[in-house]
Amino acid sequence: MSENRPIIKKKRQPVSDRRKFILNMARGAGLAAMGGFIWSAYVDEVTASTLLLRPPGAINEDDFLKTCIKCGLCVIACPYDTLMLAKPGDNKPLGTPYFIPRDIPCYMCPDIPCVPVCPTGALDEKSVTTDGVLDINIAEMGLAVVDDESCIAFWGIQCDACYRACPILGEAITIEYSKNERTGKHAFMKPIVHSDACTGCGLCERACVTEKPAIFVLPRETAMGRAGDYYIKGWDKDDEKRLENASEIKTTTEISKESAVDSLNDSGDLY
Amino acid sequence: MATLWNSYRYLILRRFTQVSLLVLYFGANAWGWTILMGNLSSSKVFEIIPLSDPYAALQMLAAGAVLAADLLIGVLILTLFYFIIGGRAFCSWVCPVNMITDSANFLRRKLDFDRVQGIKQPASRNIRYWVLALSLIISAVMGVTAFEFLSPISMVHRGIVFGLGFGWAAMLIIFLFDLFVLKNGWCGHICPLGGFYSILGKFSLIRVHHTQENCTLCMKCKVVCPERQVLHMIGKESLPVLMGECTNCARCIEVCDDDALGFSIRNLVKNKKTGE
Repeated sequence: MSENRPIIKKKRQPVSDRRKFILNMARGAGLAAMGGFIWSAYVDEVTASTLLLRPPGAINEDDFLKTCIKCGLCVIACPYDTLMLAKPGDNKPLGTPYFIPRDIPCYMCPDIPCVPVCPTGALDEKSVTTDGVLDINIAEMGLAVVDDESCIAFWGIQCDACYRACPILGEAITIEYSKNERTGKHAFMKPIVHSDACTGCGLCERACVTEKPAIFVLPRETAMGRAGDYYIKGWDKDDEKRLENASEIKTTTEISKESAVDSLNDSGDLY
Repeated sequence: MATLWNSYRYLILRRFTQVSLLVLYFGANAWGWTILMGNLSSSKVFEIIPLSDPYAALQMLAAGAVLAADLLIGVLILTLFYFIIGGRAFCSWVCPVNMITDSANFLRRKLDFDRVQGIKQPASRNIRYWVLALSLIISAVMGVTAFEFLSPISMVHRGIVFGLGFGWAAMLIIFLFDLFVLKNGWCGHICPLGGFYSILGKFSLIRVHHTQENCTLCMKCKVVCPERQVLHMIGKESLPVLMGECTNCARCIEVCDDDALGFSIRNLVKNKKTGE
């Protein structure tokens, strides 16, 4: 047994400095990679929320998340306590400003006090300025959407609460009249929102008389679809102008080398 | 009374600064004061002078944001202040988390945790520089300010000024971590903002200076110091504390009964040394 001892001693030799250094570096890099992935996953999760309304003049959400320094100067500037900073537990991008119109909507101050105080440009003064003057009417905080299933005006009950509450009444929300076939002698007075004028202030959502509002503001990106460049309103002179500068893209595929009619009719050649 | 003041004068001043900054920020949001508006990420003094967190701006830069002029001026003011004068003073004179970790440390000393756990710390104090580098890499890759969405400092401070939410949980986590897991765990090992200010304030003018002739080797300074490695010269050499990790908290100065530690200006210290 005693012959084995020297072998054991050899195995217990102190670790060389070089090995120690390499192992430590590997450990550091490994821990950094692990921490980095966890951290990235966390950041990705907390910034994923898209269903929130930003103050007027906010730049697009991706840029907003990197530019907003979360100082709360816009929150302090807001005279109606509309704006809040997202707290831990709100499940919104932490520390960034937002508002809930059903609680307190944006009252669309003409001097827009929340925008010029922004130190980083996350709230862009230019985007709410026309001809050198601040203009809250061109703000795009969101877009009001009507759920015609729960809106009582669509049932035939007379209600124009949202229409009356709208600060750009007659432009952002109009009332459309149509005949109520059920009674045969009444009219529907349906509120219609127009995306080109609606700022997303949420006064309509605040005013809505239903238990859960039938008109509510969503971020424009969520509320709106996109037709794409390939549909043109032929009856609209301005829209048709897009054709003048359009370039033609021709794609050639295996099938289009021969005409489609040939491939269908010359069935004998296929087999 | 005089001795009490003598042995807690800087601690009282620090708490006064920390709390009054919080009160000023809180008053700006709650009662419309205009002395200091915003929070530690970015603020305005008297509605004119901008102040902005240079580390947050660095992350914004890494994330690819366009930096506005107001922000850059605010960053410049604070950078110059800490670079030339304050050193890492942010950590012990401004940051609200300091009060949490200081109380964890106080409890640790009172309960004699160090004797139970042993003095040897299981983690490197350089972790913060790794975290700092990592935060910039993640900011660049993910296109958001990585640490700002995680920072318990902002959570606590923003929480006190604008509403806390579950921010108290962040406070509790740090307190428990520092108390039970790692001594000076958050401020002395992990916090990348502390790491950032350690680098930025390395060459600042205000320094703690040690006079070896007066030292009686009682080591009270090393017991209270949150970054004890910076006091390597105690009892050995008359040197200023030059390491960037020193937070200028001055606890070492006030616990010293032998006048062996005191504040001085870096250049004067150098001149004295070469003059002698």
